[in-house]
Amino acid sequence: MNVLLVDDEEELVSAIAERLGLRGITADFVTSGKAAVAKCRETRYDLVVLDMKMPGLSGLETLEILAADHPGLPFIMLSGHTEVRQCQDTGASRVCFLVKPAKIEDLIATMRQLTSA
Amino acid sequence: MWAASKLRETWDRLRPKFLTGEAATVANQLFNYRKIWMLTTFGTVLVTLIPLLILAVFNYHQYQTALGAEINYPFSRLVSNTRRQLRSFLEDHKAALSFIIQDKSLAELRDPRQLRRIFTNLKSAFGGFVDLGLIDSKGIQESYAGPYDLTGRDYHEERWFKDMAVTGVYVSDVFTGFRHAPHFVIAVKKDFDDGSFIILRSSFDVGLFAGLISSIDVKPTSDAFIINTEGVLQTPSRHHGDVLTKLDLPVPPQAEHSEVIEVPDTRGNSFFMGYAYIDYSPFIFILVKEKDAMLSNLSSMGDGIIGFSVVSVLYIIIVILTVATYLVNKIYEADLRRAATLHNVEHTNRMASIGRLAAGVAHEINNPLAIINEKAGFMSDLLAMAGDFPGRDKFTGCIDSVLRSVERCSAITHRLLGFARHIDVKLESIHLDDLIREVLEFLGKEAEYRNINVSIQADDGLPPIESDRGQLQQVFLNIVNNAFAAMSDGGRLDIILKTHDEGRVAVTISDTGCGIPKENLEKIFDPFFSTKKEKGTGLGLSITYGIVQKLGGKIDVRSQVGRGTSFTVILPVVRA
Repeated sequence: MNVLLVDDEEELVSAIAERLGLRGITADFVTSGKAAVAKCRETRYDLVVLDMKMPGLSGLETLEILAADHPGLPFIMLSGHTEVRQCQDTGASRVCFLVKPAKIEDLIATMRQLTSA
Repeated sequence: MWAASKLRETWDRLRPKFLTGEAATVANQLFNYRKIWMLTTFGTVLVTLIPLLILAVFNYHQYQTALGAEINYPFSRLVSNTRRQLRSFLEDHKAALSFIIQDKSLAELRDPRQLRRIFTNLKSAFGGFVDLGLIDSKGIQESYAGPYDLTGRDYHEERWFKDMAVTGVYVSDVFTGFRHAPHFVIAVKKDFDDGSFIILRSSFDVGLFAGLISSIDVKPTSDAFIINTEGVLQTPSRHHGDVLTKLDLPVPPQAEHSEVIEVPDTRGNSFFMGYAYIDYSPFIFILVKEKDAMLSNLSSMGDGIIGFSVVSVLYIIIVILTVATYLVNKIYEADLRRAATLHNVEHTNRMASIGRLAAGVAHEINNPLAIINEKAGFMSDLLAMAGDFPGRDKFTGCIDSVLRSVERCSAITHRLLGFARHIDVKLESIHLDDLIREVLEFLGKEAEYRNINVSIQADDGLPPIESDRGQLQQVFLNIVNNAFAAMSDGGRLDIILKTHDEGRVAVTISDTGCGIPKENLEKIFDPFFSTKKEKGTGLGLSITYGIVQKLGGKIDVRSQVGRGTSFTVILPVVRA
């Protein structure tokens, strides 16, 4: 599985990427929505993990652009404001919201759920 | 006792709220309602009553003067007329005697036969003459015509004879004299050139006066009579004694014309006395009326004026009191509402500020927390892959501890973020039992410490309701907080959720606390009512009440002192 992690906190995304790598998931990371849009145009990803609150393009704005560019691409949104995990299928793309900070097991389980379907 | 307690009860019900300022400390800082009320009431009463009272007093005085004059005038006329009659009676008889003494010769007068003839003629012409006598300058009655044998009677020692020598004409007081019957005397004198004189003297029966006076038609309460200057009754009176007794009223002062005065008698009764001194005689004619009888008309009129004034004054005072009380109460209530609203707004603003601050802090902390979480997780991953080394277990323990701490911190930041979100008003679908459990989480530690047993019991199939999560949290937090405050350690808090009726759910929160006395029960939702003294703002339940109303619900409270209190919040399933 090949995923892209997007968060303005490089320390955070780099650590998550390494942990995912240890679990056999290839993860690239970028630190802004704009970079994510550019990265997705050159590389094909199975899933994108977005932080909700970012300077520049916010998580939701980035999601809109990416979903339009790549129909069917699933997303995981990380947010401090979410209290429980919830998923929705917008038709064009499936999105799951996870509480931040998320446990790596929850993250991977959600990834598998989104990519297997 | 019953009446007193009933009266107090009525007063408690009627007493304007602003007079008992306990629930109005804040509002009272704006105005002193008692003072406003008193100023309004007394100001209006004064402005209204002073002219009315002045008018009433003026009217009463006018009536008194007018009626006094009305009564006095005929009274005075009557006295004056009678005086004229009496005077002309005396004048006529004096003139008759004067004419005879001047016209007849001494010889004619000395002749008893002639004198008798003159006497007979006089009697038939004037009436009233009882006898007629001629007295010489030595005081001896030389001849006499009349029913008694008085010829030769010596009068030179008599007082009147001595006075006669000087005055020439004499009218006596009434006396009994030689004949032992009350009579009075008129005498006239004729002087001769040689210094000698003769006196023609005639006596009259008092009955003559009585006849004259009885012709005045006096009422039974009145009395008419004649006295002399010493106050001795010259005619019989109806109420003031018989003839020749002393009158029980003071002798009126000398006056040229008829007068009306007010006098007290020896028994303290007050009389109106009309009197007139009869010229050239010792007689004073007196007409007496009891003051009460005379004033009965006046006083009934006066009573009317006084009664009307009293009723008007009472009516005005009642109307003014009612209006002033109503208005001041309205102002008071408006102020109270305004103060409550201000407090509510202030409270909401403060909560909103705290919410925003909390959200900012929580969000800022959440990111580093996520980094700590991932780094510690990564370390844990690396550790799992590394081979065995000394202290590995301790490392693992430390990392687990870090991860657990992160989890705790994360729970706190999420609660803070949740709190902030509830400030914004929005309707959402809410499971009431979940919401109440969340609220109870805030108080979970306290319940644990104080050993308070909390139970929640919800009906199966309780529908989710459409309402404002944050506001509802505040409602239940307030009620549960109060319940905790009312209970001592080891109490019980039972929360029961059930369908109330079609479209409404009811949440009943019962505690085993101290309960609320009956007199406080109706005030607990009033703003600023608090029994927690300095600790309470008195706003909690007021805000709660306001929120429940705003959400389309209602709130009920039942309490028994010593047994506990139960609040029931009824909420609509769908917000209308």
